[in-house]
Amino acid sequence: MSADAHAGHSHDSHGHDNHAHGHGHDDGRDHGSYKSYLTGFILSVILTVIPFYLVMAGVIENKNWTIAIIVALAVVQIVVHMVYFLHMNTTSDGGWTLMALIFTLIVVVIALAGSLWVMYHLNVNMMPVHDMRNMP
Amino acid sequence: MSASTQTMNGEAPVFYVADEHDHPPGQSTMLGFWLYLMSDCLIFAMLFATFGVLGTSYAAGPGPKDLFDLKLVALNTAMLLFSSITYGFAMLAMMKGKVGSTQMWLAITGLFGLAFLCIELYEFHHMIHEGAGWWRSAFLSSFFALVGTHGLHVTFGIIWLVVLMVQVAKFGLIEANQRRLMCLSMFWHFLDVVWIGVFTFVYLMGVVR
Repeated sequence: MSADAHAGHSHDSHGHDNHAHGHGHDDGRDHGSYKSYLTGFILSVILTVIPFYLVMAGVIENKNWTIAIIVALAVVQIVVHMVYFLHMNTTSDGGWTLMALIFTLIVVVIALAGSLWVMYHLNVNMMPVHDMRNMP
Repeated sequence: MSASTQTMNGEAPVFYVADEHDHPPGQSTMLGFWLYLMSDCLIFAMLFATFGVLGTSYAAGPGPKDLFDLKLVALNTAMLLFSSITYGFAMLAMMKGKVGSTQMWLAITGLFGLAFLCIELYEFHHMIHEGAGWWRSAFLSSFFALVGTHGLHVTFGIIWLVVLMVQVAKFGLIEANQRRLMCLSMFWHFLDVVWIGVFTFVYLMGVVR
């Protein structure tokens, strides 16, 4: 109990120190350490090498499976970068950075899925059809 | 009617903060910069959508398999990844207040960024030399728009980096410079995130398809 209280106190005083020096960014933002940067780097190297290897060596015969795997790896790598390099968490700036990110993701998904969906069907349904009736 | 907005003892209730709390300079810069990055993310989303729609319209011209050299793209990706971790080290040195090692890591980051740009310009030059410029097909137009916009971002990132190195050399790691370095850090890592999308959806998927 007392240890907890002490930890809380030392954290507070640390935050106060930051303010005194005018850093003013002690609002849940995390700046990482060598360990977290190295973890992120190693993870992203692995997540980059695998898709390049899959495509360059042509490991998997089925194209759709290859595409599904490299897209899944890209999504994982983006999350890794967000967490370890951009230090995204739920508490920075009172959660507003996460709110902005979620809103942006929703808009991005609507825009991407909508464009691809609509334009694909336009392509399929409205391509000019060759009129063969007058052909000899 | 007016009685309903009055409290029991006759005072009008206050629905706003009576006195403004303190706003130290730069306190909300990081959130503001994050919002800018999100709007930049929308620009890239539109360019990705354009590429997704037009990416297979070759107009009987060259396709991804004829044009893309994955070894070069892998090298490019490595340059950007290395620059990401070296920028991280620069930030860690900055946190410890070491001017010399911050400057060194920033310089290394800038060199990796420059290597990335040179490789990309070489690739573009090679493609244009073969007649596969942005005028050739809708696929190439959307390719150059997307990858070129990313390259422009990296270019401005490097200019910003050099400006900040001059600032740090002149004024040291003062609070304002720390804030600027943190903004550039977010910008740089954000460009790396966009590049993940580029190498996956443009290069790798283009070659597989």
